[in-house]
Amino acid sequence: MRDVAIIGVGMTKWGELWEKSLRSIFVETALLAFDDAGVDQIDSMYVGSMSSGIFVGQEHIASLLADYLGQVPVPSTRVESACTSGGLALRLGFMEVASGMSDVVLVSGVEKMTDCSGSEATYALGTAADQEYEGYHGITFPGLYALIARAHMEKYGTTREQMAMVAVKNHRNGAKNPLAQFQFEITVDSVLNSVMIADPLRILDCSPISDGAAAAIICPVEMARSMNKPIIKIIGTGHATDRIAISTRKDITWLEATYQAAKQAYAMADKKPEDINIFEVHDCFTIAEICVMEALGIVEKGKGGDAVEQGLTSLEGKIPVNPSGGLKSKGHPVGATGVAQVVEIVKQLRGEAGERQIKDARVAMAQNMGGSGGSTVVHIFERE
Amino acid sequence: MTTPSRYWREIPQRYRLEANKCSKCGIKFFPPRLICPECKNRELEKTKIAETGKIITYTVIRVPPHQFVDQAPYAVGIVELDDGFKLTAQIVDCDFEDLKIGQKVRIEFRKIFDEGESGILCYGYKFVLDE
Ligand SMILES: [Zn+2]
Repeated sequence: MRDVAIIGVGMTKWGELWEKSLRSIFVETALLAFDDAGVDQIDSMYVGSMSSGIFVGQEHIASLLADYLGQVPVPSTRVESACTSGGLALRLGFMEVASGMSDVVLVSGVEKMTDCSGSEATYALGTAADQEYEGYHGITFPGLYALIARAHMEKYGTTREQMAMVAVKNHRNGAKNPLAQFQFEITVDSVLNSVMIADPLRILDCSPISDGAAAAIICPVEMARSMNKPIIKIIGTGHATDRIAISTRKDITWLEATYQAAKQAYAMADKKPEDINIFEVHDCFTIAEICVMEALGIVEKGKGGDAVEQGLTSLEGKIPVNPSGGLKSKGHPVGATGVAQVVEIVKQLRGEAGERQIKDARVAMAQNMGGSGGSTVVHIFERE
Repeated sequence: MTTPSRYWREIPQRYRLEANKCSKCGIKFFPPRLICPECKNRELEKTKIAETGKIITYTVIRVPPHQFVDQAPYAVGIVELDDGFKLTAQIVDCDFEDLKIGQKVRIEFRKIFDEGESGILCYGYKFVLDE
């Protein structure tokens, strides 16, 4: 296997982008990554998208986007694994470059979620669950995490306030990110008094509906060296699945796919949780960040809430989690999220993260999860 | 949109709670499967899931998908049935304040949602409190 480096990243500001279409958001973003990498031609591309068919009534977007990016006839592959579509696009691109099949590959993700009604968007996100045995009974995406949250509170004594602190921390970080959808701070009180969505989760526990894309250019490390680029290496990758219906899992509070994917990535990179300087994780809901920290081995089982309360995961803390603002503040155009985590990590490892820069960061992890944890992709990166 | 054939083929599970059980490791699956996820055995026996159990977690859905707009707010829970199988469904005919983890419930056959004027009526299992 060849070593693989990220030589360019691109992202535009996320939000409700009424003036932009799926294809325009994507092309603008991909071109930023081209410029950052100093390339205008690629050998192959991967696009993560969860549900362009429901959100904008457009399938076959791999070809559409290759066409509008001016790259026809390069092979283009759309990747779907619910909210981890973007992370999986990176993994597949990594495998293509590592194997020697291609040299310069675009890995990207895009979702245009505001061209349909709110209830259609709720429905589209809900299709990540088991449609016949969860969705059929009226459960929603926030509803599934609400079931996990209540079980976590019961089993470990995690508090409502601790969950709110995840949102407060991520908004504090996102306020320093010029590309975030919500660049403002919130308080524990405002979370606890926000509109109830699915008890005990309120609207400020939930990541928003967003439009956006993210892109990265990867190539063999040797090629990156000859281009005089800062070398950000992908040193570990992992991918795993879990039972799709959360009721059929042995422990509803435990994200087994995250644990398994992380185990693979740690082994490949020869790193332990304490070797990682920055974590970008999948906080689609506040409780998710707590459960993910436990499954990644950053904290003991049941201690995720305490770690947030003690400030361990803040920008200044011992284990910074989601310096970008996470899904909560940066936004969550589902298919793009996994690649946006990589954009943040590359900026942090290059020392280009501005006000939210974490000092002397060398090693970082991205954890990107599909639906209610039925799939997870984990990557570890290192600055040479 | 639920078509009649898509609806009809789930009837054995949804109406009669038909499940299967691994002849080797004894684990129950609902809905029925073709291979045991624990031991990969394919010899599975027909069985049924239990009709009573207790709530292990629950929520109240305030922002529903479009098929459920006229029902919101409504409670959904995961119940551990007396045979150990865990199942997700609505918990109905109760005050939300009476819901708690450990509460005993039983399965009843109810309408789940309907698909408007020309659509079909969709039935299945829901939980009610079992005092
Ligand atoms: Zn078995």
